[in-house]
Amino acid sequence: MKIVIDQDRCIASGQCVSAVGEVFDQRDEDGVVVLLDPTPPADLAAAVRQAAAVCPARAIRVEE
Amino acid sequence: MTETVNPAEVPQFPGARAARCPFDPPPVLHALQEQGPLAKVKVWDGSTPWLVTRYEEQRALLADPRVSADVTRPGYPRSAPVASRNGSAISFILMDDPEHARLRRMVQAPFTVRRIETLRPAVQKIVDGLIDDMLAGPSPVDLVEAFALPVPSLVICELLGVPYADHEFFQDNSKILIRREADPEERAAAFAQLVGYLDDLVGQKLDHPGEDLLSRLAERIKAGELTRPEAARMGVLLLVAGHETTANMIALGTLALLEHPDQLDLLRRTDDPKLIAGAAEELLRYLNITHSGRRRVALEDIEIGGQVIRAGDGLILANDIGNRDPAAFPDPDRLDLRRDARRHVAFGFGVHQCLGQPLARMELQVAYGTLYRRVPTLRLATELERIPFKHDGQVYGVYELPVAW
Ligand code: HEM
Ligand code: SF4
Repeated sequence: MKIVIDQDRCIASGQCVSAVGEVFDQRDEDGVVVLLDPTPPADLAAAVRQAAAVCPARAIRVEE
Repeated sequence: MTETVNPAEVPQFPGARAARCPFDPPPVLHALQEQGPLAKVKVWDGSTPWLVTRYEEQRALLADPRVSADVTRPGYPRSAPVASRNGSAISFILMDDPEHARLRRMVQAPFTVRRIETLRPAVQKIVDGLIDDMLAGPSPVDLVEAFALPVPSLVICELLGVPYADHEFFQDNSKILIRREADPEERAAAFAQLVGYLDDLVGQKLDHPGEDLLSRLAERIKAGELTRPEAARMGVLLLVAGHETTANMIALGTLALLEHPDQLDLLRRTDDPKLIAGAAEELLRYLNITHSGRRRVALEDIEIGGQVIRAGDGLILANDIGNRDPAAFPDPDRLDLRRDARRHVAFGFGVHQCLGQPLARMELQVAYGTLYRRVPTLRLATELERIPFKHDGQVYGVYELPVAW
């Protein structure tokens, strides 16, 4: 699994961090998404897919 | 619950809830959703915007850049009449990008999930203190006044740098501002009062900055990145959105749980953060207090759900019925705290999705996770029929909730 984020689209909803804090974080200065782990382990796959599905700005793409 | 709609007639929106189902959306919404994802409805001024009733179409349209939240555009379906002297917007919630993004980005930092998490111990202390006071005082008591309203008000005051001592002033004016049936002149006056109040506070922060969000906005004014009226309006938006919403979720959520004792029991007996967090998501979905729908206007022709929305058509995306769409949530009318409700649209969707959601989630988790465990005998001190519901509010809830223990 490979994750691609689009920081320009992000609206700092925090949905991805609530879903998988191990993979996503937010920048201190403006809350925009930061990718901690672009190739997360398999046991986080379901949570990552959930994060992409709830991202309101469609800023998370998951390539399987 | 089952109601039929004559397809030849344009139904009125908003419709009334069924008398004995205060937690369910109006039956007409169920009927329209069954017929299709979109329907024309008639609103207060006689215009006929589209009502979008299904979950998938709501999410698609709310995330579509051809759809505008700009309240000043012709065709925008206002939820109530506006006074002639004041049609101005309450900041970025009613603006499009790039202006929306410019302003929203200035206030995103304090609402990140990790920053909000650092406030949890302070919120726990507030919640425990209010429960201590409640238990030490007379019973019955109005839970709205004693608990549901002070929790988010104290927190948002601290975050913004607004003196809590002024809470009667801003709570009263907020109430008028978000009442659908308030007189337009009265609503405009309440908005002007709040803007004036926030403008004074911003002025004070310009001279004596502190560690709060309004002080950060004052810095932006000094740096020439923001005007003072913009800062005051953002302050109003954050103050109003920051307490009215969560307060209604706490009070209405408590009532819904008292009416579903098996579900309440789950919360009474647990300190599992996962279960409590899941319960908060399910209550957000099930109650969907922002029951006036997200309001938008189409900028271009859009083909969706077998219909063509024309440029200039108004759109009402009824997230309350979206959250009861059986295609998205099996057995949607059941309150089931153990289900996975995270995909709900109670915070909206697209670029306007709730800025305060990490804060709202944390406050609800602490409130729901503490109140029923500490007051296991909590009960309604009146009949359900006597509870005054906010049928006339932009935000649904209860005006009063007499409880005893
Ligand atoms: C349970 C509580 C809450 C609910 C159900 C809720 C719901 C919503 C919804 C549905 C929207 C989208 C509006 C639209 O698309 O037209 C929204 C936006 C917003 N909410 Fe909340 N909210 C809650 C709590 C809060 C809190 C605590 C704050 C704190 C400041 C807040 C601040 C905002 C702001 C600033 C916006 C505008 C975002 C934008 O336009 O980009 N909300 N909220
Ligand atoms: S869920 Fe999407 S919009 Fe929200 S913080 Fe993550 S990337 Fe940004």
